[in-house]
Amino acid sequence: MTSPSVKRGQGRSELVVALFLLALGALVLIDTERMTTGLGQRGPVGPRAVPVVVGVLLLVIAVLLAIDVLRGGRGEPEGGEDIDLSHRADWRAVLIIAGSFLANVVLIERVGWPISGGILFFGCAYALGSRRYVRDLLIAGVLSVGTWYLFVVGLGINLPVGVLKGIL
Amino acid sequence: MDGLISLLEGFGTALTPTNLLYAFIGVVLGTAIGVLPGIGPAMTIALLLPLTYGIEDPVPAFIMFAGIYYGGMYGGSTTSILLNTPGESASVVTAIEGNKMAKAGRAAPALATAAIGSFVAGTIGTLLVALLAPTIVRLAVQLGAPDYFAVMVLAFVAVTSVLGASWIRGFASLLIGLTIGLVGIDQVTGQQRLTFGVPQLADGIDIIVVAVGLFALGEALWIAAHLRRATAQVIPTGRARMGREDWGRSWKPWLRGTALGFPFGTVPAGGAELPTFLSYVTEKKLTKRPDEFGHGAIEGVAGPEATNNASAAGGLVPLLTLGLPVTATAAVLLAAFQQYGIQPGPLLLENEPKLVWGLLASLLIGNAILLVLNLPLAPIWAKLLHIPRPYLYAGILFFASLGAYAVNSSTVDLMVLFAMGALGFLMRRYGLPVVPAIIGVILGPRAEVQMRRALQISDGQITGLFNTAFSITIYAIIALLVLWPLVNRFVVRRLRPTRHELHAGHAHALVELAEELVEEEARREPALSGRPRGDGTAGLTVPEPRDGSAGTAALRDASADRPAEAEPDAGAGPADAGRAPGNDPRERP
Repeated sequence: MTSPSVKRGQGRSELVVALFLLALGALVLIDTERMTTGLGQRGPVGPRAVPVVVGVLLLVIAVLLAIDVLRGGRGEPEGGEDIDLSHRADWRAVLIIAGSFLANVVLIERVGWPISGGILFFGCAYALGSRRYVRDLLIAGVLSVGTWYLFVVGLGINLPVGVLKGIL
Repeated sequence: MDGLISLLEGFGTALTPTNLLYAFIGVVLGTAIGVLPGIGPAMTIALLLPLTYGIEDPVPAFIMFAGIYYGGMYGGSTTSILLNTPGESASVVTAIEGNKMAKAGRAAPALATAAIGSFVAGTIGTLLVALLAPTIVRLAVQLGAPDYFAVMVLAFVAVTSVLGASWIRGFASLLIGLTIGLVGIDQVTGQQRLTFGVPQLADGIDIIVVAVGLFALGEALWIAAHLRRATAQVIPTGRARMGREDWGRSWKPWLRGTALGFPFGTVPAGGAELPTFLSYVTEKKLTKRPDEFGHGAIEGVAGPEATNNASAAGGLVPLLTLGLPVTATAAVLLAAFQQYGIQPGPLLLENEPKLVWGLLASLLIGNAILLVLNLPLAPIWAKLLHIPRPYLYAGILFFASLGAYAVNSSTVDLMVLFAMGALGFLMRRYGLPVVPAIIGVILGPRAEVQMRRALQISDGQITGLFNTAFSITIYAIIALLVLWPLVNRFVVRRLRPTRHELHAGHAHALVELAEELVEEEARREPALSGRPRGDGTAGLTVPEPRDGSAGTAALRDASADRPAEAEPDAGAGPADAGRAPGNDPRERP
């Protein structure tokens, strides 16, 4: 296959991917090693065979990728209609979104989806540059309460109601 | 022919008022979500999947999916015509001429030819599925464990070597997917693998969570890091319609596109990128107005759009008959099947005839609804493109979380979703294609089961994996696929002057590469081919030649100085591809 073109401004940080693959391979192999065998095995191939193959291949591909990167090969960052690769990554936005997402994980069963989902939406919209706080809050509230009703009443799927129990 | 009779019975299932309503809702939702920038058909289905959790009966749920499937597909083409630079690789080619047409004030005919072309191709394609499925199932029931294992290995190899520019990165992605697929209790012995003592992981990681995480969350995070500050320009449009002349210029490309797209769709990792590309080049060769290409030629929209939809229909053949998803969209659809405890495969037609034929009938109905709905509603869909980006991506994150939580009402799924999103971000940053990972997650565990079954039958003899003619054939194809890059590097490259290097950096290098690809195509079998997302398509997303008139002049030059011998080659490639479903590369020299 063709060697990907070298992108400007991209150093050898792609070695991180090779490291990730290496770690993943090691993890798979260690987990397989710690597996107890013997119980209920049927057939000549046990539960270890495939993980061992996958783990070893992960290590091999990690090395191959590292070699490729060191020889100048680069994976091309994905483009798209709303993506502008000419400026640096906006890590602040990513962190706020990650924070909003994790806030939802922590809060959903404590305060309920209508509130945690609203926080999620508001936080993400803020991170992505929306500064019309009143409108954002309004949309977040309508969406989270609306989807709660849609799922619980309309579709019969349970979503935690949390502190708003009795109000909704 | 029994396929058509069963299909008529399928209409009996699909044409009840309730089911028609589900199909209608599916089409509207699918188009509305699919039109949103950055959301492809796979993500559309994944995001809308939770809506069906409450539906007990799988038949109406799948009727709704039928609508979402084609709706999402059509929505994508609207985006690429009115906004340029599509989010989804299958619509890349549509954007080339479609956006030019829109800029020249011909958005309405561009949308019309896309809608009608999609309808024609989708209808013919779905009828072909109905005709072919029973026959393929008859063959498929004779396949044993080694055959299935071989086909899945083929899917793995094809998906890594066809998608993306670098096989190392494709393979890395596949291995990540296989690793995710390992998580959970081993189906044969009950051993826990990679669960780290977390009880919720024992059931394995839900494919929906993986798909939503890698596609939706990964995409949203990636876009958040690189959000375009200036809003993209949306071209306003009226009712989608076209005149007599446009009809005259469109109908042949529709049919050619259908013939090109369907076979590619049925091949593992065939996908829609390559055939749409080929369709574009074919139409450019055959048109009576080559001067219009590059300025908004309707053939360049009609052909690729039909190809895209025919390929989507073709993808249903391996999905329904072998349980083999060949595209990301099919993979998500398979996940939807598994949600209902239904395993697509040769027995599906026998066990769930009502579901399968109802689904196919609904695809036809959905297609018709799509046409009726989309011609007049085009201006409304265009308005959706104006949605403020913060709300769009916040909405994706919101619904992705909602969907992932609703699968099992578990916050562990949300944590897994987060991890998958981070992984999706990393993969986008470093050019690892996402689709091999999804295919790995879905097919990995099933390939393992088939392999162990095959070896159990042969009592551990390794020959048990290739003791059938079918599996040997498949391995031969795999060997060809694996060896091709080497042959390409050492033989073909040396023989050919580095023509595209001369033009590199210019907008028209795209045309060069397209034609080169077709030439290569003539020497290779379809499944082997190309680098749909390699440097070729990187050029595709260039909306305008940077140097204005000079670029277009060069474009004309490029077609003028094309060596004469390229003509028959280019013609033979797609025509061949249209005839042979591309299952058998041995037919080719």
